[in-house]
Amino acid sequence: MQVSVYRYDPDVDEAPEMRDMSIELPEGKELMVLDLLERLKEQDPSLSYRRSCREGVCGSDGINMNGLNGLACITPVSQVAKRGKLTLRPLPGLPVIRDLVVDMSQFFDQFEKVRPYLINDQPPPAQERLQSPEERAELDGLYECILCGCCSTACPSFWWNPDKFVGPAGLLQAYRFLADSRDTASAERLRDLEDPFSVFRCRGIMNCVNVCPKGLNPTRAIGKIRGLLVKQGT
Amino acid sequence: MVTQVTSLARSGLADFLIQRLSAVVLALYTLCLLSFFLVNDGLDHRQLVEFLGSASMRAFSVLAVLSTAAHGWIGLWTVGTDYIRPHYFGAWAVVFRMVYQVGCGLVLFIYTWWGIRLFWMLPG
Repeated sequence: MQVSVYRYDPDVDEAPEMRDMSIELPEGKELMVLDLLERLKEQDPSLSYRRSCREGVCGSDGINMNGLNGLACITPVSQVAKRGKLTLRPLPGLPVIRDLVVDMSQFFDQFEKVRPYLINDQPPPAQERLQSPEERAELDGLYECILCGCCSTACPSFWWNPDKFVGPAGLLQAYRFLADSRDTASAERLRDLEDPFSVFRCRGIMNCVNVCPKGLNPTRAIGKIRGLLVKQGT
Repeated sequence: MVTQVTSLARSGLADFLIQRLSAVVLALYTLCLLSFFLVNDGLDHRQLVEFLGSASMRAFSVLAVLSTAAHGWIGLWTVGTDYIRPHYFGAWAVVFRMVYQVGCGLVLFIYTWWGIRLFWMLPG
């Protein structure tokens, strides 16, 4: 199989390049893209990428495979390879540290902006803040995000304004706390998102939904934030 | 929160609502004109001037011109802030964006002034 890999080591290379490597795939056995990368690293130990849990939980190995963002550890090679060829690139739109490793500072700066933690100004109860099963169900499809960055780096609005547009991952978390019955900071959270960039720069093209490895729907969450902003503003 | 922006209302929510409301006005105006043309077969110039010169149509036309200007500015401003930025143009991005925004604003202002004047001067 032919694998074309994005290679760039800023200490050595003047510019990035795509380097072709070939690899024999075992007969009758399905490999994940991460397994493929491990075998490529045996050929060339200087190849760099992130990995940790290798089961789609940690969100470390988000890369771009034949043009589509996803987690290398849970993406079968057969699903992304086309005519025996696979092109691997780093997540688009973020600065490259080396090869497939990107600098996710901008992504986490935006995540931090939405204050992704529970804010409650009431005195804490003796044991815990309770929720009804219905209130808890409101958080389904929101809390499961693993912050791999696949969605935000597939979003042109985030490529164009990574310093101003929060991005789908951050906005999914923003709605996760807006929808939480225990949170009392909804008004402030909404006020912080009301400017022309933070949430309204989303054009609803749903690239984020298309690539999310956990099957989440940031576009729906963004729509709900807009609905809350309209309700609060009128 | 992102501040210091040159959007129409300096508020994302206000821009969002203005863009949608102006789109509704323009859709209704288009439907109104289309149905008038469909109902009145063999229309002549006098009938058209009579229709557009009525007080209600004059107000509706001015509202449509203003809606076009507001809708256009929000859209063009969004395109400018997406594409004209330091990543592509370096330190010149701010200058280019200002020129683009002043140019767009000027064109929209002239068209709006001309459009309002045109509809307002129709014989009633």
